[in-house]
This record gives sequence, C-alpha cells and structure tokens, in this order.
Amino acid sequence: MAEMKPLLEMQGISKSFGSTHALTDVAFDVRAGEVHALVGENGAGKSTLMKVLSGALKPDRGTIRLKGNAYRPTSPIEGRRAGVAMIYQELTLAPELTVEANVMLGIEEKRFGLLGLKSMAARVRRVFERLNHPEIDPHTLVADLGVGARQLVEVARALITDAAVVVMDEPTSSLSARDTEKLFEVIASLKERGVSVIYISHFLEEVRRVADRFTVLRDGHTVGTGDVAHTPSDEIIRLMVGRQLDEMFPKVDHERGEPILEVEALSGDPLPESVGFTLHEGEILGVAGLVGAGRTETVRTLFGLDRLRAGRVAVAGRADRGATPWERIRQGFGLLSEDRKDEGLAQNLSLADNIALPHLAPYARHGLLSPGRMKAGCRTWMDTLEIKARGADQQVVDLSGGNQQKVALARLLHQDAAILLLDEPTRGIDVGSKVTIYRQIGALAKARKAIVYVSSYLPELLGICDRIGVMHRGRLVEIRDAAEWTEQSLMACCVGENQ
Amino acid sequence: MERGNKIMAPPAAGAAQTGKLRRFFNVFGPFLGLALVVVLFHCLEPDTFLSFYNLKTVATQTVIVALGAMGMTLIIISGGIDLSVGSVIALSTVAAALGLDAGWNPLYCFALGVFAGGACGLLNGLIITRLKIVPFIATLGMFSVVRGVAMYLADEQKVDAPRSWIDSLMDINPEPSWLVLPPGVWLMIFAALLVAGMLRYTAFGRYVFGIGSNEATARLCGIKVERVKLGIYALAGIFTGLAGTMQYSRLTVGDPTVAMGLELDIIAAVVIGGGSLSGGAGSVLGSMIGAFIMAFLKNGCDLVGVPNYVQKIIIGVIVVAAVAVDQLRHRK
Repeated sequence: MAEMKPLLEMQGISKSFGSTHALTDVAFDVRAGEVHALVGENGAGKSTLMKVLSGALKPDRGTIRLKGNAYRPTSPIEGRRAGVAMIYQELTLAPELTVEANVMLGIEEKRFGLLGLKSMAARVRRVFERLNHPEIDPHTLVADLGVGARQLVEVARALITDAAVVVMDEPTSSLSARDTEKLFEVIASLKERGVSVIYISHFLEEVRRVADRFTVLRDGHTVGTGDVAHTPSDEIIRLMVGRQLDEMFPKVDHERGEPILEVEALSGDPLPESVGFTLHEGEILGVAGLVGAGRTETVRTLFGLDRLRAGRVAVAGRADRGATPWERIRQGFGLLSEDRKDEGLAQNLSLADNIALPHLAPYARHGLLSPGRMKAGCRTWMDTLEIKARGADQQVVDLSGGNQQKVALARLLHQDAAILLLDEPTRGIDVGSKVTIYRQIGALAKARKAIVYVSSYLPELLGICDRIGVMHRGRLVEIRDAAEWTEQSLMACCVGENQ
Repeated sequence: MERGNKIMAPPAAGAAQTGKLRRFFNVFGPFLGLALVVVLFHCLEPDTFLSFYNLKTVATQTVIVALGAMGMTLIIISGGIDLSVGSVIALSTVAAALGLDAGWNPLYCFALGVFAGGACGLLNGLIITRLKIVPFIATLGMFSVVRGVAMYLADEQKVDAPRSWIDSLMDINPEPSWLVLPPGVWLMIFAALLVAGMLRYTAFGRYVFGIGSNEATARLCGIKVERVKLGIYALAGIFTGLAGTMQYSRLTVGDPTVAMGLELDIIAAVVIGGGSLSGGAGSVLGSMIGAFIMAFLKNGCDLVGVPNYVQKIIIGVIVVAAVAVDQLRHRK
C-alpha cells in the first residue's frame, strides 16, 4: 500500500481568522482505499482543515489535488459533486423527512416534474444493502430512527453520489458500543470498495482499530504522520501534546479546608454517568476530558440547569436530590458558562447591568435601584479584574473575548459565590487575560472559596489546580493530586488509554 | 476504578413505537376533534345539523379559510408565517370589483383578484429572502401596507360592481344543479388535492419540508433555499388571491375592510391540523380538517343559539389545546 499514489493531496494549507492562525502550512494526503486517521487535541485545527477540504472554508494559501486534478471547491455542494462527502459531528438530517428523501435531498429523480418515488426508494434500498443494513426502510421517518441508524443515513447520502473520499468527524461521539461496531463494519466495506475514509477521532483505541495511517495536528501544524501499525500509542500521544509551556501560572498559596460539596453517583440525561467527588473549601478541582465527555453536563446538572436523573448532592453536609438554579444560587453556587456569547452574558446590556444582574440588593435603596451605585460597584470590579472598557455603561458586545470573560467572572465575584463552577473560563481569550483570571482564581481559593475548573487545556489544569479528575464517555474515571499527573498521563486518560 | 469504556445509554429504546404513536396522533388527532364537534352538535340539533343543506352551508363557509390555509400550510411547513393574508384578501376583493366596475370581462377580473394575491405573496417572499427579514416581521409590515393600499384603491369605501357569474360561485344551490355543490367548494377540493399532490410527488414539495425541518441541511444539499422560499410565498399568495375572489363572490362588492384578522383563523386551522410553527410538520388533510372544525363550530353554535362571544372563547381554547397536544407529542 505504501507505493500507492495519493488520491488526495493537501499542501501548504494556511488559514487565519483575524489574528489567530488556525492552520499554518499544513500538509495532508490520503491514498485510495485507505482509512486515514486525523488526530489532535481540541482546537488543533482538524475541523478547520476538513472545512477547507469540503469547500465550506476557503484557505488563505495552499493547494489541494484530488485524483490528480486541481481541486478548489467554493461550497460544500461543489465538494460533494467532486467526490468529497462530509459526515459532520452534529448530524445534518431533516428529521421530518423520510430516509429516502434525506438521502436523495438535492439530487431527486424527476420525470415530467413528478418524483420517481419507486426508483429512488429502490436506489436507496440498494445502498443500504451494500452497507449490509438492508433492515433500514427508505420510507421510515428519520425522526423515528436511533442515532446509529441516522449515522448510516448520512453514510448512505455520501455513497449515493459515489464519493471518493468520505470524511467522518468524530462519528462515534454519540454512538453506543453496538452502533460503533456496526459503523466499523461499514468503514471496512467502504474500504473494500476503494473509497478513502478520513477518520477524525480523539479515541486512540478506535484509531488503532480502523485506521491504516494517521496524521497528527497540533496548534494548526502537521507534527507527524505514519502507519498506525508501526507506531506505539505513546508516540502518538506525545505528538498530540508535546508543546512548550509558554504561559505563566501565578501560584497563590491557599489551604484546603473542610469538605463543602459532596457529589455521589450524579447522573444526568443522558450524561454524566454516575459521577462522584468531594470538593473542599479553598480547593481548585480541575476536570479534564475530551469534548463530549460530559464535563459541561456535569456542572450544568450540579447547578440544576439540566435534569438530575439520579444521585445525591450534599452542600455543607445538607443532602438533596437536585435543585433549581435559583436554589443553587441561594446555596452559594455560581456557574460560569462555557458559552459566554449565547448563555453567559446579556450581550447588549452594559457591563454594570451584567455584573449586577444576579445580586441587585446592594444597589437598591427603598426598593429602587440606584444606577450611580451600580456603576460605582462595577468600577471596583473593573479595577480588580483589569477589565479594559470605556466605562461601566459600555455594552458587553463591544468588548474583546478576554474582557467579556472577566465580566462574567466579575459577576460571580459580585454574587459572592462560595462554590464556583467554571466551565472553560479561558477558552478563546488572550494570554494576558488568562493570567489575570488564573491569579483571580488563586485569590478566590485563598479566600476559602471552592472551585470546580473545567478545561480542555491541560497545561493550565496542571498549573493551577490542586487535584484533577478526568472524564471519559460520561464517567469521572480518575481523580489524582495535580502533582501525580503529567500532560501525557492526562491525555492518555482522556483518550481512554488509562492504565 | 471502572474504566470509562463505551458504556453509554443506548439510544432511546422503542423509538420506533413512540414514532408510530406520534404518527397516529398526527393523523387522527384532528379527525378525532372533528368527529367530537360533529357528534356534539348532532346530539344538540339532531334535525338540522347533519342535514344535506346544512352540510353544504358549512362547506361553503369553509371555502375562504380553507383556500387561505392551503398557502399557509406550505408556509408553515417551511418554517415561516404569513400575517398579511386578511389584508391581501381585502385587496383582492377590491381589485376584482374595480375591474368589473370598469367593465372588464369577469374572467379577467377573476384573474386580477388572484393575481393581486400572487403579487403580494411574491413581495412577501422578496422581502423575506432579499432583505433577510424574518417572515413574522416582513408579513406584519405587509399586513398594514396592503390594507392601506386596498383602502386607497377603494377610496375608503365599498366598491360596487355590476353583477357577473363571479357572484354565483358561492351560491349554496348552484346553477346548473348537477354541480350539487357550489363551484367554490369544488375549487377548494381541487386546490386541496393539488397541494397535497405537490407536497408528496414533486421535488418542490420535498424542499418545503426539507427547509422547514433543517434549513442548513437543505442548503448543504444544494437546494436553492431562497428560490424555493420565494416560490412558496408567491404560490401561497395565489391561494390567498383565490380566497379573496371567493370572498368577493360572497359579498358581491369589493370591501377594503373585510377579513380583518382572518389570517389568525387560517393559521389556527393549520395549527389545529398538526402544523408546527417551528417548521417541518403539517399536512393539507390536517389543515382542511382544522378549517372544517372551526366552520362546524361556528355553524353549530349559531344553530344552538350560543352567543358569538362564547364561540370566540371556544375557538381560542381549541387552538391552545391543539398546540398543547402538539407539545406533548414532541416530548418523548
């Protein structure tokens, strides 16, 4: 197979969004009939590269050749016509249409303006037979199918246009073990037919099972490529994480106090799955894991935003089986959402409004709000957190990501929360803001606050947390003192290569 | 410590069963409602309610709402809404009356009424797709603009027109008598069959569902979403224009103040019939049943002597109840 000439060649691909370099001079090639795994940490640039391939994004630089010809798609439709089919992470089906209508969407057969329903159904049925899943009836509504079957509909959609390259972006992230097995069989049958599969996954065990070769992306660069069979997992993990520590983690000394939050067998709908831990006053507990491992769901379930399916939460010794966000706030919880745009902040309100919102009492007199006091209060937080803004009444939407995140944090400080649930607090913000936030979190721990710190960025977890737990597929697999983890062992645990 | 292997909850077991149940309710829910209304009034008024003459009356009273509902069904399935329907109907009656008054051939005047509707629909579509304004706002604007234009054209009064065959399209006892039902009712039945067939047997129909169900996917699959939307609103406008000429036929004058708030009855008919305002769901049969439920209710209440305000309350409750049932269906 090594002598085969590549079916798809991407060379020197670069893509920037504003000042962030998502991809820098990336090289990537795929041979006919191989399964090629594309691996890397969250944010390494895998999805961006695939968007370039599909035509959804235009690269700033670089060339792509498909079947020996230059390939410059300007839209996903063009990519599809040229033989590149994408199977996205979030499924892209129309649930209210039938299986057949979904597979044939946009390429319907027509005779005198009427649809050739019978012949289309027969064609779709043949594709499912080729996939060894004749049980999927073209006339079923997609809404009535399980997740696994829906994925097969996506695969069928790719096959019906005779795709040469099928891209699967984290295809198993929402599949059960049985459906995952079925998908692997489908991938094998695609391979037999000479179709190339680009398989994006964090799960090394899956890469080992299905892929022939792999390419590792890190921070938008290609850092390695090779045969899966000849490369030990350790080596792949080293390639994925091996970056220089270029940030400072200011250490603020703090002392661990009494247990304040005890979580037992916390289960949500459908994630997390039986998560348990104890959080102490003055402690920063890190939570690592891949996207989709159930970290966000864990904090949301704790905070009462998502339904608690089973389990027990005890705050300062008083146990309950779930509460509303309102009750949680009264107990001293504060949540920093990972989605600051849509959920975390009221974008078109001012800084002062955003910070004061959950706790207006200090700014009221005789039941009426005093805008002057609100602004004065806001200004002290702006100083503490070094928020760069024109003033307290500037709209949050005009601030940079880093400053917005500081506003979100200021709200929790103003609320004087005792248990802070921070979900990706430094995602997508500049280094300077990160350092401010790290320092503030250290100061909070010193003030005996208890902090749950969810992050995908391993160096910061190791840099600021006292203990770190790792979540994998809905479960909290292991908690250790931060000193007992390394980036390697954390990553290994995240991808399910835990020893 | 347990290893986090692929132990995840299997995808909702028995999804197929709940799906079938849902489908059953989708189709039979509105039917059940209709049957309930008919049986109720039959018990209250055993002699007259189910007489052939009364059924013809109800069918005739349904025509305008039902024709409007054909267009609204397309729009609602595609995830949109049209609030301008009542105004467009008024404009269409005025247009037809002005044509007749000017001595035009009635056939042209009929076409003019329909055309006025189609033009308004096209304009709705253009505002929505070109200016990228959500349908609610776009058609809210048109709701006011079109009513104003109708009043201007009619000089703020009713437009009298000479008699023509258009006046008899809604006669309960049609001429010639072998028609049995008024021509307007036949038109309604024909329109319903046409739209139902189009939704099922043409690519356009599929795109209507596809866009309403998942617009991003439709775009990804190469569907020209904007063009399809334009087509949907223009086509819906034509049905509204038809409803308008039927309205003219009933009034025999052009009236710029007619059909105030009728769009809400039409939306109610579609929603009672299983249309979802979030798109992707709805059917011609359902909307027809929805229109008939409301017509039977009004007619029955009149026969029994229930005052008008009670009718209004009952219809309001039915709309909310229908959507509540819809919500229950969507929950697992």
